[in-house]
Amino acid sequence: MSEWAIQAQGLLRKFGDFVAIQQLDLNIEKGQIYGFLGPNGCGKTTAIRMLTGLLTPTKGQVNVLGLELPKQAAELRFEIGYMTQKFSLYDDLTVRENLRFMAQIYGLPSRSQHRRVEELLNIYGLDNKASQLAGSMSGGQRQRLALAAAVIHQPKMLFLDEPTSAVDPENRRDFWEQLFDLSDQGCSILVSTHYMDEAERCHKLAILEAGHKRADGSPAELMQQMGATVIELESSSLRQLKAQLTAHAQVLSAAQLGNRLRVLVDKAVTDPMAWLLSLPLGLTLSQLTEVRPSLEDVFVTCTGEGRQ
Amino acid sequence: MNFTRIRAIIIKELLQLKRDRMTFGMVVMIPLIQLILFGYAINTNVRDIPAALVDHSGSALGRIISSSVEASQVVKFTHIYADLEQAKAALRAADVRAVLVIPYDVSQRLVRHQAVGMAQPNSTDQQLARPIGQWLVDGSDTMITAAIKSLMNMPLANLLDKPVIAGVPTFAVAPFYNPAQRSVVNTVPGLVGVILTMTMILFTSAAIVRERERGNLEMLINTPISSMELMLGKITPFIFIGALQVAIILSLSYWIFNVSVMGDLLQLALLTLLFIAASLTLGLLISTIAKTQLQSMQMTIFVLLPSILLSGFMFPYEAMPNIVQWISEALPATHFIRAFRAIMLREASLIDMHADALWLAGFTVLGLILAAIRFKKRLD
Repeated sequence: MSEWAIQAQGLLRKFGDFVAIQQLDLNIEKGQIYGFLGPNGCGKTTAIRMLTGLLTPTKGQVNVLGLELPKQAAELRFEIGYMTQKFSLYDDLTVRENLRFMAQIYGLPSRSQHRRVEELLNIYGLDNKASQLAGSMSGGQRQRLALAAAVIHQPKMLFLDEPTSAVDPENRRDFWEQLFDLSDQGCSILVSTHYMDEAERCHKLAILEAGHKRADGSPAELMQQMGATVIELESSSLRQLKAQLTAHAQVLSAAQLGNRLRVLVDKAVTDPMAWLLSLPLGLTLSQLTEVRPSLEDVFVTCTGEGRQ
Repeated sequence: MNFTRIRAIIIKELLQLKRDRMTFGMVVMIPLIQLILFGYAINTNVRDIPAALVDHSGSALGRIISSSVEASQVVKFTHIYADLEQAKAALRAADVRAVLVIPYDVSQRLVRHQAVGMAQPNSTDQQLARPIGQWLVDGSDTMITAAIKSLMNMPLANLLDKPVIAGVPTFAVAPFYNPAQRSVVNTVPGLVGVILTMTMILFTSAAIVRERERGNLEMLINTPISSMELMLGKITPFIFIGALQVAIILSLSYWIFNVSVMGDLLQLALLTLLFIAASLTLGLLISTIAKTQLQSMQMTIFVLLPSILLSGFMFPYEAMPNIVQWISEALPATHFIRAFRAIMLREASLIDMHADALWLAGFTVLGLILAAIRFKKRLD
């Protein structure tokens, strides 16, 4: 077996004339948490569905855990867990009934079923909610239940489609702790998100926009390779300054953060500080600071073309 | 095919049904209420039609005639008008469904009338003989018209205190299987067919669409379950529900309407299972086509209406034109009602009705295969 959990070459998917995924190449290592970062409608869900064998690619090759898709999709079902964007377990079943149901569907031997269900209830802190209807639980609890159901058969690979879009930051933190536990046990994880803080936790990630992969690598690599320098400037008339700055082609983006303006200057400008001071804006050196780029900056520089 | 997975779906369906009080109640209440309602309501012997009386003669004879007409229980005179135009207006406004007009010369007409039973009328009398009155009927309703027509040759001899001459009929009629000619005897087996069609198709057609609407299906198709396992798991609980409904209908019809099963119960049960399976399959097919629960509901009604009107439940199959008979043959309810009536009322055996039984079995197998093909485990 190779060290790749997922290998895909030239993946293309069309819906009629609309191209949802354009020439996607992916190499995802085993045991890693890999992220798809992108805005809504960029093709994240479509990509995940092709990788789980739910959608047939219009063109290209997919190999997941050594299985060819879509040919061997049926065998892959036993090896992967999938957590949908929307809660998709049964609202009118209790937590324990839902887990029992999934255990039976995955064909767990009846002797170990009970043990596995109780074990998961314990791990995901659902012991005291076991007899409660899934529909009456909070977003965070439902999410833990969905994760428990997705890993009930101890899959080698886990797909999570925007798993934390309906939970608060604290629950999101706990959720990621659990993902790292799973990853530590050797489970490969692919997660799609549009949250920067979530993307930053991934071992590696791909930035998707309008069906294209704009960049990929670890968060640190992406920040290093970013094609722009980040400079923050302080001023009293930020709105006006922003309008003047964005008129220049060298300024990739300018975003206001309270009383500061975060400006991304193209790497082609060798000394961005000097360049900014040379502009007829009346800026002084004390107003400028060069700062460490964030993932959001990476995202903005990668995806700027389509917008602005 | 894995029975653990089928069992998992069955258990899940039963748990959901247990929590869905409304649906659970409907399972019992639909057959209960419909049997009582239709058992009493559907009656082909029309009685007490509201009618108007216009008596131009104003004589005692006129009053005697109208009261003896009323004694037949076919009509009931609710309005009396002096003028024909008023009576016609009442007919138009549906205050009455028929009008009896007694002419001013009713006594002359009566004495010449052969129904009075006097001596053989001579030739001039025969030429002069005329009906003693006229009925104006709301002919748009053929059932009402037929009932009034039954009064055309009403015996009048007793009006004149003469002995009734009982003529020898051309044919004698012996109504087998339902000597008392009660409509409910024919209604009950038909009702079994209609109620099963309605509940079985409705429950299953909604079953898969609901999973799709609530997003459960997106999770299910990512599991190792196959479409055939899902389909079988979904319909099995409803087989028991259908059997329960039939048991309710048959025992109630015995206690309330005194309609009992004449044929073999086991064969009746077997036929019913075949029909339940066919209806459930039809429901599954609908659910693979419909995108929303509303659509599945509309399609169910699209099947339900012909099943009520064309299956022989309401109108005799033989009265339909050929083309409609073909459509009727395509409905599982037609085959079921025909065979169910035969076994229940006429002590026929399943062997006698093998064509209908085989048709239902064939429909089920074909439908199940078609539904499993149509339900793809992919999203594209």
